Amino acid sequence: MLTSIVNWIDKRIPMTDTFNKHVGQYPAPVNFNFWYFFGSLAMLVLVNQILTGIWLTMNYTPSGEEAFRSVEYIMRDVEYGWLLRYMHSTGASAFFVVVYLHMLRGMMYGSYQKPRELLWLFGMFIFLVLMAEGFLGYLLPWGNMSFWGAQVIISLFGAIPVIGDDLTLWIRGDYVISGATLNRFFALHVIALPLVLVILVFLHIVALHEVGSNNPEGIEIKKPKGSIPEGEKAPFKFHKMFTDKYDIVDAVPFHPYYSVKDIMGVVGFLFVFCFVIFFAPEGGGYFLEKPNFEPANPLKTPEHIAPVWYFGPFYTILRVVPDKLLGAGAMFGAIIMLFLLPWFDRGSVKSIRYRSLAHKINLIQFCVCFVVLGALGTMAATPVANFIGTVASFGYFGFFIALWFYSKNEKTKPLPERISH
Amino acid sequence: MKKLIIALVTLLPALAFASGGAHTLKAPIDPTDKVSLQNGAKLFMNYCSGCHDTQYQRYNRVAKDLDIPLDLMAENLIFTGVKVGNLMVNSTTDKQGAKWFGGAPPDLTLVTRYRGTDWVYTYLKSFYVDPERPFGVNNTLLPGVSMPHVLQSLQGVPTATFETDEKGIKHIVKDEHGFAIITTDGSGELSDGEFDTAVTDITNFLAYSAEPSKLERQSLGYWVMGFLVIFFIFAYLLKKEYWRDVH
Repeated sequence: MLTSIVNWIDKRIPMTDTFNKHVGQYPAPVNFNFWYFFGSLAMLVLVNQILTGIWLTMNYTPSGEEAFRSVEYIMRDVEYGWLLRYMHSTGASAFFVVVYLHMLRGMMYGSYQKPRELLWLFGMFIFLVLMAEGFLGYLLPWGNMSFWGAQVIISLFGAIPVIGDDLTLWIRGDYVISGATLNRFFALHVIALPLVLVILVFLHIVALHEVGSNNPEGIEIKKPKGSIPEGEKAPFKFHKMFTDKYDIVDAVPFHPYYSVKDIMGVVGFLFVFCFVIFFAPEGGGYFLEKPNFEPANPLKTPEHIAPVWYFGPFYTILRVVPDKLLGAGAMFGAIIMLFLLPWFDRGSVKSIRYRSLAHKINLIQFCVCFVVLGALGTMAATPVANFIGTVASFGYFGFFIALWFYSKNEKTKPLPERISH
Repeated sequence: MKKLIIALVTLLPALAFASGGAHTLKAPIDPTDKVSLQNGAKLFMNYCSGCHDTQYQRYNRVAKDLDIPLDLMAENLIFTGVKVGNLMVNSTTDKQGAKWFGGAPPDLTLVTRYRGTDWVYTYLKSFYVDPERPFGVNNTLLPGVSMPHVLQSLQGVPTATFETDEKGIKHIVKDEHGFAIITTDGSGELSDGEFDTAVTDITNFLAYSAEPSKLERQSLGYWVMGFLVIFFIFAYLLKKEYWRDVH
């Protein structure tokens, strides 16, 4: 019965074939480690955001008068509304945690290098859209930090010469941030950007499956056809799309090997995620900021306007530059640098395991600077903080500049032929 | 490089502390203490709700969560004559509030979430007589407070001790923890200890109001975490079983 249904469908669309190509007979390197959980986890969080988002939308009212009240209505009068809301708000932070770790994985093992540049670019566009989603979504509860945070970010566009003022007016849809702004942010947050996000994620995976996964060794599992004796090939059935062109070594089919492994990762992640949801949903004031429990009030500026933690690094870069326009330029520049990473790195060895000491130090200093910038972004701007922030900003940009110089003739260790495990 | 990292690591906590706010006392509240919550609700409705709304919360939700029978709630704690399913809105308008106090009394449903429970507890204990203020009282935690000391009939008249420094400026005498020393004249209905309990109960009630689902959230949380631990064991065993012949 089931077989005949499947056959019926397969005669009309390539269902089984697509499943095999991308899941059941897709060759994945055998040596994925801890860092490889975060891709599937990002997908999980995306699904969480979409589902909880749909249910929140059922009860949320996008208007300046009612938005704050409707969030409290969800928290009190909607059955398990508090759970939906905390899953969504914690999910936003979790999204950035897993995406930042996913990006770090890519940087460590050179997953952005040829031939995976486009894969990296799609990923960076996902990151960009995600930041836009976070920013737009943060206005929706219409708390006081929502209001003033949006005020700060939108005013950045005002720094652009000539068109700045008109541009901010166009973004807000009003002379001040108002219900009009809230409504358009709602539209963008719940439909426009999620659509873009889903399309980008689809393209990210299409690109991944075209070039194949990298791995912690940074060497290919697809060898030239006929170069590997029969006994040394990976002892699994892979889709002919791969085996017609290559000899596959040191690989396992994604399903069931990595599907069962990812389930383990998912449960481990959920343990931390649920701990926050059930026992610390405010995330110590970092996931839900205190002033956001007061309704938006244009007459009352919070003592210290801090963006949500995940914007911290870029906010600090903006803040340490004394000139507003240059600051905004530096902030966007910091993101553009990440986009261009595949071209800053002129080396051919991918994994940090086989790269020079200089590269290891460079990547570590980049991580330290990124974390320091992030921490400073949530704190008040004091002269000391600005000094440290300036140093860390130089470290951030310095990573890319230095990489460009030393990667051309880098002293790397010899690469192994095969993944040893 | 290493020195820089060490310098940064040591500086960060210092920066974090530098941004800290005013001193507050620790509020000794217990969200599971129904008696305290009921007393807090009673005190809040009688002393605070005349001016302050808790407009996001409903009377019957409070009654249900605090084990207060609906008829008792309606008879004793609803002063506006509305039905028990209504939101807890008082009859003072923002306009009246602004006229009487110079600013509309804020809604207190979420006050403990943006000010903190310790702040609320300390604030209620920090009123003192100050003839220069319109209502004759000031507050050490919120100087220039525009609210009268509504709990004075319970606490009695609170007086702060002052000292004058060499420049002739008056300062409030503080104890070793930085809290103002405030004494009462004994004219209140409650002893100092009883007043502390009353303030604790009000704070407890407001903490409850800020997030009525908190206890449910936590108790559900233990089940979820427990389930995930068991799930993880099976997920781990499943993974191990599948990967046995690969490694």
